[in-house]
Amino acid sequence: MKFSIYRYNPETDKKPYMQEYDLDVPEGSDMMLLDALVALKNQDPTLSFRRSCREGVCGSDGMNINGKNGLACITALSSLKAPIVIRPLPGLPVIRDLVVDMAQFYKQYEKIKPFLIANDEPPAKERLQSPEDRAKLDGLYECILCACCSTSCPSFWWNPDKFVGPAGLLQAYRFLIDSRDTQTEERLAELDDAYSVFRCRGIMNCVDVCPKGLNPTRAIGHIRSMLLKSGV
Amino acid sequence: MGVVTASTSLGRSGLHDWIIQRVSAIVMLAYVIFLGYFICTTPELSFPVWQELFASTFMKVFSLLALLSVIGHAWIGLWIVSTDYMPKLAIRFVFQVLIILICLALLVWGIQILWSL
Ligand code: SF4
Ligand code: SF4
Ligand code: FES
Repeated sequence: MKFSIYRYNPETDKKPYMQEYDLDVPEGSDMMLLDALVALKNQDPTLSFRRSCREGVCGSDGMNINGKNGLACITALSSLKAPIVIRPLPGLPVIRDLVVDMAQFYKQYEKIKPFLIANDEPPAKERLQSPEDRAKLDGLYECILCACCSTSCPSFWWNPDKFVGPAGLLQAYRFLIDSRDTQTEERLAELDDAYSVFRCRGIMNCVDVCPKGLNPTRAIGHIRSMLLKSGV
Repeated sequence: MGVVTASTSLGRSGLHDWIIQRVSAIVMLAYVIFLGYFICTTPELSFPVWQELFASTFMKVFSLLALLSVIGHAWIGLWIVSTDYMPKLAIRFVFQVLIILICLALLVWGIQILWSL
């Protein structure tokens, strides 16, 4: 099977380039793309990429696979057309090969205060939540911060310092609708500028690529309605 | 107020801009439909008919509203385009100021035409 992989080592290369690789993959193999990359790394130890859990849980191996962002570890080779073209996640600075600098992505995540803030009297044991209220967090809390969505979003490419991006906004909504969080108004006020939320143009690239099947566009729509309700 | 404020934007907040965009779109659509309907149902579109239409206060106010909508919509829309696609601050600023000047000029000109000052 043929591969074409983005290579860039800022210490030795003037410019990024695509390198061709060939790997013997037995007919009908159920190999994942990550397995193939590990095998290629055995051929060529200079090839760099991130990975850890190898089962779609840690979010480290997000990359651009045949033009679409995804996790290498849960992308079956059999689902891909050869030659398989692999590039780093778009829009972020490349550190080396497929390893990108995620600082901008995490900064946006940090901005939405991704933790429960409850300023009411702490209960004796724990903050309870009804099963209905808990159900509201489904489809939100599962995010593994792989950045596949935000780096596929044109609005995030243009304004990565000001637009929170789909991943951050999904988590912003996760805390906005948490029945135990008391900072709803303050959180909304933080988001009501021309960029943080409103740069979303509903392109839905984020929904298209999320390897966990989450829907940031819907969450962004909910945030917009909350802003509308609290602002009018 | 949000984290980011910009002096050349029209609305006070992202929500404000967003609402103006939607409301102005509706007004413009209504205006186009109304004019289209008028043109289609008027057997002979002559100068007196046209003049009579624009002589009514309703049409003047409706036209002014449509003009305000065009201006608001263009201002916000182009401001967003410039903040997406013009990374060089100087170019962006000049573009924004130009848009604002054109918008204001259109407004004055439009009022002048509508009320034939
Ligand atoms: S729906 Fe919004 S957040 Fe998602 S990719 Fe499109 S612009 Fe980005
Ligand atoms: S929403 Fe999906 S694509 Fe985006 S960071 Fe979370 S898991 Fe990854
Ligand atoms: S290696 Fe953990 S998500 Fe792929």
